[in-house]
Amino acid sequence: MDKIINPSRRAFLKTGTTLGVGLTLAFYLPVGGAARMKAGQGTDKPFAPNAFVRIAPDDTVTAIVKHLEMGQGVNTGLPTLVAEELDVPWEKIRVESAPADAKLYNNLLWGPMQGTGGSTAMANSFEQLRRAGATARAMLIAAAADNWKVDANTLVTLDGMVLHRPSGRKASYGQLAEKAATMPQPAEVALKSPQDFKYIGKQFKRTDSKAKSNGSAQFASDVRLPGQLTALLARPSVFGARLRRVQTERAKAVSGVRAVVEVPQGVAVIATDFWSAKKGRDALQIEWDESGGARVSTTEQRDQYLALLNQPGKVARSEGDAAQALAQAAKKLEATFEFPYLAHAPMEPLSCVVQLKDSGCEIWAGSQSQTSDQATAAQILGIKPEQVKIHTLLAGGSFGRRANPASDYIAEAVSVAKATRDLSAPIHLMWTREDDIRGGYYRPMFVHAISAGLDAQGNPVAWNQRLVGQSIAAGTAFEGGLVKDGIDMTSVEGASNLAYAIPNLHVELHSPKLGVPVLWWRSVGHTHTAFSTEIFIDELAAAAGKDPYAFRRALIQHPRLKGVLELAATKAGWGTPLAPKSGVRRGRGIAVHESFNSFVAEVAELSVRPDGSFSVDRVICAVDCGIAVNPDQVRAQMEGGIGFGLSAALHSAITLKAGRVEQSNFHDYPLLRISEMPRVEVHIVPSQAAPTGVGEPGVPPLAPAVANALFAATGKRLRKLPFETSELRSA
Amino acid sequence: MIPIIVSGTPRSVDATPDTPLLWVLRDNLGLTGTKFGCGMAQCGACMTPVSAAAGQKITTIEGAQGKAVKALQDAWVKLDVPQCGYCQSGQIMSAAALLADNPQPTDADIDTALDGNLCRCATYQRIRAAVHQAASTMRG
Ligand code: FES
Repeated sequence: MDKIINPSRRAFLKTGTTLGVGLTLAFYLPVGGAARMKAGQGTDKPFAPNAFVRIAPDDTVTAIVKHLEMGQGVNTGLPTLVAEELDVPWEKIRVESAPADAKLYNNLLWGPMQGTGGSTAMANSFEQLRRAGATARAMLIAAAADNWKVDANTLVTLDGMVLHRPSGRKASYGQLAEKAATMPQPAEVALKSPQDFKYIGKQFKRTDSKAKSNGSAQFASDVRLPGQLTALLARPSVFGARLRRVQTERAKAVSGVRAVVEVPQGVAVIATDFWSAKKGRDALQIEWDESGGARVSTTEQRDQYLALLNQPGKVARSEGDAAQALAQAAKKLEATFEFPYLAHAPMEPLSCVVQLKDSGCEIWAGSQSQTSDQATAAQILGIKPEQVKIHTLLAGGSFGRRANPASDYIAEAVSVAKATRDLSAPIHLMWTREDDIRGGYYRPMFVHAISAGLDAQGNPVAWNQRLVGQSIAAGTAFEGGLVKDGIDMTSVEGASNLAYAIPNLHVELHSPKLGVPVLWWRSVGHTHTAFSTEIFIDELAAAAGKDPYAFRRALIQHPRLKGVLELAATKAGWGTPLAPKSGVRRGRGIAVHESFNSFVAEVAELSVRPDGSFSVDRVICAVDCGIAVNPDQVRAQMEGGIGFGLSAALHSAITLKAGRVEQSNFHDYPLLRISEMPRVEVHIVPSQAAPTGVGEPGVPPLAPAVANALFAATGKRLRKLPFETSELRSA
Repeated sequence: MIPIIVSGTPRSVDATPDTPLLWVLRDNLGLTGTKFGCGMAQCGACMTPVSAAAGQKITTIEGAQGKAVKALQDAWVKLDVPQCGYCQSGQIMSAAALLADNPQPTDADIDTALDGNLCRCATYQRIRAAVHQAASTMRG
């Protein structure tokens, strides 16, 4: 089968490490290292042939997962790869999160860094973990061959047993574990062909559903260490403001409050429990010096961004001569698109526990970027990264928020622990929902302008796009890899590589610098580029008098993109009329987009009421993500991505006034509720290609599919998110 | 000390009377199955001050028993409802309350009963399916 090729835009760190180098490290064996059991140890000791597999004498097999389980299913999908090649029953598999280690557990698509993001967990592990399983299996076979004095080639494995069929001898992996640990590691192992897969592509149940249904699943906010204290931090009134003075007496007088300390990030109140810390924080009287802060107002920012749309930016892509082709076009169209700042709002607010020890420091967190968090903590404490031990727990959602190159909440907690060292207590830093909504690191606000031309036959001949929005990568460790000639690839992804065959294509970018911190948010640049491009292609189809599906189909070149488009349209019954419902206007819209090397098309069907409010009734989704390692979890990620995309399209905007974030909690930053969730049907394209991402790619097509359906229902084009439904009122 | 009865067990907690019940459960009693998501009654129970709960019977996910909860938990596992899982204790408790009142809920009944429980991972479609499945298990 194909080599795993996943040219993720996040593959390149400042170190200059390239994808190719990452892949040569595809399987790191700590030969003679700590993970490997030495001969002569007791039989209760496990067999740990590599950093990803451990087999105990009681036959339990532990798969060590280097990625963060934040809902996307890595604690199920990655162990499936081990089980497949190792050949063990699914019930025997246990899952354990890996400790932070940039050598053993780096993301192969990122370089020397452990982290989860860019929908890469499966793509970068697919070969690595199968190899880990196959190596362990080969060593178990070698152990049995040695025990029984037979040729290893005469042995087979079945469900956690090694069998010698000619003699009827058999032994379980647990029985062979101790011996296997003494066998040499094979230099090469053969991996199964897809047609022999017993696990991959089947419907294995999640390993964590039970714990997540009975309250026993442990998140960072659930950590309870003896003597632990809870810290809440008062942060600056506007981004970048500094502490001028603080009066702490009233806070210190709150029962339960143990300390109030100044740290570089603000003023921390440390108490025996959350509520006391919260009351203590509320009692602080703080004056901030806002002179160096970002006193941004989004209304003015919007005006500035719209003005920039009229000025030339940095060229992200230029093919042919778009300006000239546009000037000569038979028909011209132009439109402006607007996108607000968005908060990730994971259901579990940020939280972590830090315990300082003589030997260093331990951190309990649900982090997407363990090794950069480790480095940040080490730097604050003036110790070596190896002295920082990170326990990765489940994250109650993340969507990019816990993959912050600045390691913000980790740095806060470590700073508080450092400042309260004399308390000798583990510090549990908690964020409230208000802290989360107002805490920055948003999906950047963007505006786009697109102008395009059609020839006399209605074929697009020119496409000119200009984007304005802050760079996420600038100033971070990812800048060297992601920003090329002033273009942050995550700002233009999905636009600079437009999927349609248009001979003259020109894309420009402005990246204004502002003090509002921004960050990757589930599907990153595609959150806005899919919206503008997929609506505008619909507009071109309408202007050409063509069906939007047929128009796209004729212009799409990539066979897999065309494949999902066709599948979604077929399953949705594209071209057949929607059943009318009394009192509402119905419409159907389509959008298709490639992101993170996966291809997704979505058809939305909706009903618009006379007051302009609407319900999305059904979404039909087709996805091509290569081999679907766990089809039910691929469906789950598409369902979730569609709900996540709809949530933002219907409701979400962060706005600022004089530097203050105007929203604070779910009453003014609402999320999708169950009554708004459409019926979702997911269809997976059968594939033998290496697996690609599923966590993010379900999000981008949703909002444009809905916008296109709204146009079909009402004749109105909504080009601004979140949708302003008042524009859809019937006359 | 404030007396409360948690999942059938009388407990006495040392907390200021204005402490929300949520934090008494989580911080005083170590019952972390009940989650903090917003702190402003977007999901109900968390803002009940412990003083209002004095002497009252409270059931948390850890102590929840009975046919409905069991049927719901089984359906949740069977359909792999959870993603991140953070909201699911609350979803199941709300669904159990629904099934206690309405053994055969429609989609609309489920949407109404669970509209106060946010799921950022948007597992809502599976939640609906799992409530139907649990309801049908209970009807036998
Ligand atoms: S499963 Fe993540 S919030 Fe519901």
